[in-house]
Amino acid sequence: MPYTPHTEYDRTAMLSELNLSSTDELFREIPENLRVQKGSLSLPNALSEYEIEKHLFRLSRLNRSSFDLISFLGAGMYDRYIPSTVSAMISRGEFLTAYTPYQPEASQGSLQTIYEFQTMIAELFGTDLANASMYDGATSMAEAAIVAHGINGRNTIAVSDLIHPHHRQVLNTYCWAIGLKTEVVPSVNGVCKLPEVGDQFACIVVGHPNFLGNLEDLSAVREWCNASGSQMIVSTDPIACALLKPPGEFGADFVVGEGQCLGVAMGLGGPAVGLFGCKQEHIRRIPGRIVGKTKEVHGDQEGYVMTLRTREQDIRREKATSNICTNEALMALANTVYLCAVGKNGIKQVAEASLRNSRYLQSKLEAIGMKKVDSSRYFCEFAVDLGKNAAPIVDRMLERGFLAGLALGEYYPARENQLLVATTEKRNKEEIDQYVSELAAEVGR
Amino acid sequence: MNQEFAGIKKRVPSPKLVFEKSSPGRVGCNLPSITTPEVDLNQELGETRSELHLPELSELEVVRHFTNLSHINYGIETGFYPLGSCTMKYNPKINERVAGLSGFTQLHPMQPVSTYPGAIEVMVQVQEFLAELTGFDAISLQPVAGAHGEMTCLMLMKAYHAAKGQGSRRIILVPDSAHGTNPASAARCGYEVKAVPTDANGNSDVAALKGILDGLGSEIAGLMLTNPSTLGLFETQIEEICQLIHNIGGLVFCDGANMNAMVGTTRPGDHGFDCMHLNLHKTFSTPHGGGGPGCGAIGVKQELVPFLPSPIVCRNSNGMAQLDFERPESIGRVSPYFGQFLMEVRALAYLLSYGKEHIHLISECAVLNANYVQEKLKKVLPPAFDRPCTHECVLTAEKYKKEFGVRALDISKRLIDYGFHPPTNYFPLIVPEAMMIEPTETECKETLDKFCEALILICEEASVQPDLLHQAPTSQIVGRLDETLAVKQLNVRWKPST
Amino acid sequence: MSQLPSELKYTESHEWVRLEGEIAFVGITDFAQSELGDIVYVSLPEPGRILRKGDSFGAVESVKTASDLYSPISGEVLEANELATNQTELVNTDPYGKGYLLKVKLSDPSEVGSLISAEQYAKLLP
Repeated sequence: MPYTPHTEYDRTAMLSELNLSSTDELFREIPENLRVQKGSLSLPNALSEYEIEKHLFRLSRLNRSSFDLISFLGAGMYDRYIPSTVSAMISRGEFLTAYTPYQPEASQGSLQTIYEFQTMIAELFGTDLANASMYDGATSMAEAAIVAHGINGRNTIAVSDLIHPHHRQVLNTYCWAIGLKTEVVPSVNGVCKLPEVGDQFACIVVGHPNFLGNLEDLSAVREWCNASGSQMIVSTDPIACALLKPPGEFGADFVVGEGQCLGVAMGLGGPAVGLFGCKQEHIRRIPGRIVGKTKEVHGDQEGYVMTLRTREQDIRREKATSNICTNEALMALANTVYLCAVGKNGIKQVAEASLRNSRYLQSKLEAIGMKKVDSSRYFCEFAVDLGKNAAPIVDRMLERGFLAGLALGEYYPARENQLLVATTEKRNKEEIDQYVSELAAEVGR
Repeated sequence: MNQEFAGIKKRVPSPKLVFEKSSPGRVGCNLPSITTPEVDLNQELGETRSELHLPELSELEVVRHFTNLSHINYGIETGFYPLGSCTMKYNPKINERVAGLSGFTQLHPMQPVSTYPGAIEVMVQVQEFLAELTGFDAISLQPVAGAHGEMTCLMLMKAYHAAKGQGSRRIILVPDSAHGTNPASAARCGYEVKAVPTDANGNSDVAALKGILDGLGSEIAGLMLTNPSTLGLFETQIEEICQLIHNIGGLVFCDGANMNAMVGTTRPGDHGFDCMHLNLHKTFSTPHGGGGPGCGAIGVKQELVPFLPSPIVCRNSNGMAQLDFERPESIGRVSPYFGQFLMEVRALAYLLSYGKEHIHLISECAVLNANYVQEKLKKVLPPAFDRPCTHECVLTAEKYKKEFGVRALDISKRLIDYGFHPPTNYFPLIVPEAMMIEPTETECKETLDKFCEALILICEEASVQPDLLHQAPTSQIVGRLDETLAVKQLNVRWKPST
Repeated sequence: MSQLPSELKYTESHEWVRLEGEIAFVGITDFAQSELGDIVYVSLPEPGRILRKGDSFGAVESVKTASDLYSPISGEVLEANELATNQTELVNTDPYGKGYLLKVKLSDPSEVGSLISAEQYAKLLP
């Protein structure tokens, strides 16, 4: 085996150091009845490296990816271009195969990149600070809601029905386990309709852009939070933040989001990366790692360490701010390299291209009588009415070479005829024209 | 110091932050050009942002920045990384190649299920492999990290008790030697935590456990137990412990952090556990990535299957891999999609490389390496318990603290100067001046010999020149950093100078 | 050797109490501060909070540990020492003086009898 270097000679030498004659004796403390006979498990046979590649290549070819299909599907994960520098940098063994930087002297590379990551996310979100990442956008949001409960002791989490349905399901699971209640806030015209002000709400969670791509009135949300004494949590898209006035500048207490769009492969949903920013005053309550800048004890050289560690589970145990330990450091590094590679102007270009493509798509669809459903402002994704059940259309559009979007009926029964479509910077005029003409043919316009 | 060990001197000025390298107008990637008509952004978006302080660099500058930072970072590919409890084994390159196939990377999690049968087949194959290895009836790949898997298992317990009308069970038992994630995960599920002590041999104290169960039995939801324990010792009375918990109506969770000691040799499902989590990023060779992503599959016995996160991935009666969304008793989703899918691809490549014939080599060589290190070091750093260890050994440096004022941390920092990553220090909490060494199976005898030799030399230095250790490391870009200052003058982001 | 003023009363969880009539000053002992090392954070209750003997009323933290504080006596919090929360190093350098933590109005003065003396506390230390 290439991964276990022990030759027969090594084995004998090592066992003799231990005064043992066989490796079986290493396991003498395990009761005999609990031991497995070597080779007795019902498992596939070992494969050579080439056979592994062949096996997995064949399985991969059974899938139809966004390299095979032209994608207009968004809904929280986006088919965006990943610069070649990103994969090259995150494949470097020094980053890829390092553990959490518990020994700062030997981990300055990871630590500095995390500090840069925290800076860039806080900048995009308009928050005082950001942590070193969470698992994904959904758990990032659930964690923020639990922090909000810790701040004001209230037990009801108000959540907009235009938060990603899967994210709401994760929030529900987290809240059920810890004993909190979620209350779904309805929407009108594709934006959230704020509930009556009430002192039962720990927080309100809104999307900006929301699941339908629409922009919420964050000033109104802030006012509602002031009146209710609740925390304001905004789930956002970091690409949209390149153009929008960021949620932090509207006074959001917590800004969370999915970082996949910043240089991470969709990968059927994982690994993704949770972004988490907040106001300075909440820093001691937040989950996850935080890297800070400091100096040497016996010198002037500056360096980075993980800080405010007493919030974390290994020190604080059941009183920790969260149980999170491993986060998504490598994906956060991908975000960092991405933001450096596209840079200040590149991310604006990506955002603007996505927005312009969506406006063009909207106009082409409207020309064939397919209307954007909600009149609210939006970023680069919107619901369009097909006039008939959208789910079968999505399936049939596959045959025409398109991932047409998301049929909304499964999540919002009243929107059965609606398709959620998104355009990224990867789409161009020609593809949009082709998509619209194929969709027209399929729907019968 | 013996020249042979000297790490490369890296005392150069700290690298600049990427923001300080920025120059207006530079571009690091040639992005697709925009082909659709211009629009008025302010009109479309309402309020737009004024400033955006992100760097502007050329592509080469970007590559150099991160390459140079990688040079001041230590990974498994740099050198030996015996960090106890973390299983820092080699991460095979074929894993990376297959996980990079576009038929896997370019899949949207909400595209029609009919378009990714290959991905579902990958998940089912991983599940089948893990179920057989661990002795559990079903596997869910939805949890995305170890702590997330632990928490998911506790949620399953909670749902199980609630379904039986036993929702009032409010206590989770956790050994005093447990990882911090155990009590923290219990708290996340609304449970109260009660500690179980460790006995003089390093096992869970069964007598004390019986005492707790006698008094509180009907209030206990379950026990979280790491096997082998965090002391690197196999719980010899594991079957009895599980039986005791079952007798009072509780369930037993196995923390799978130490699965590497058991792969192909013994199965937690056979020990009596009801559920467990696995860290694919420890045991099954997916990379740690500087702190993540993890991948926290869980295994459960039949009685917990109805509550598993939805959807589940399974085979239908024709053997076809499929998704099952009809899960009325499910706890719901714990993550939005299918867990860390690309990590699951890596784990499958790894499992197939060992296969039925060789899979036992993982635990066999891991345990051999750890016992070898324990034996070679026992004169200078005695084990906390004088027993055969499993895949890691827990040693104590207590005498150096007492005699020379040298702490385990000082020894560890000195190891960096000798070119090795330190072991885990001060864990488990119940061992004074603990040094927890986990060599893993992928290290050869020569590396272990050299590491032991270095530690023996360091222990000698501790008695004659303790300051060498107090001041270590001196070979890195920075010496010891002031963590007190870091907290008192918090600086967690760069800000543009105005 | 840690300092143990004989006029103070102590708890097994390393808090001290100084009585001035019905008012009690509460802090952590010299031993506790030296075990913790550099204290970087002190969290204390708002004035007005009613404490029962044994209640957890806050925490002191160093970089790598956090230690919960338990009220040695019952009563109402009159003052949380802002000097201790703002200049946490005072808890290290002057734990019995400027680095005290709380001023409490006793609700049950008889509880003082259950606290231990400096001599008894000294026996608990390693």
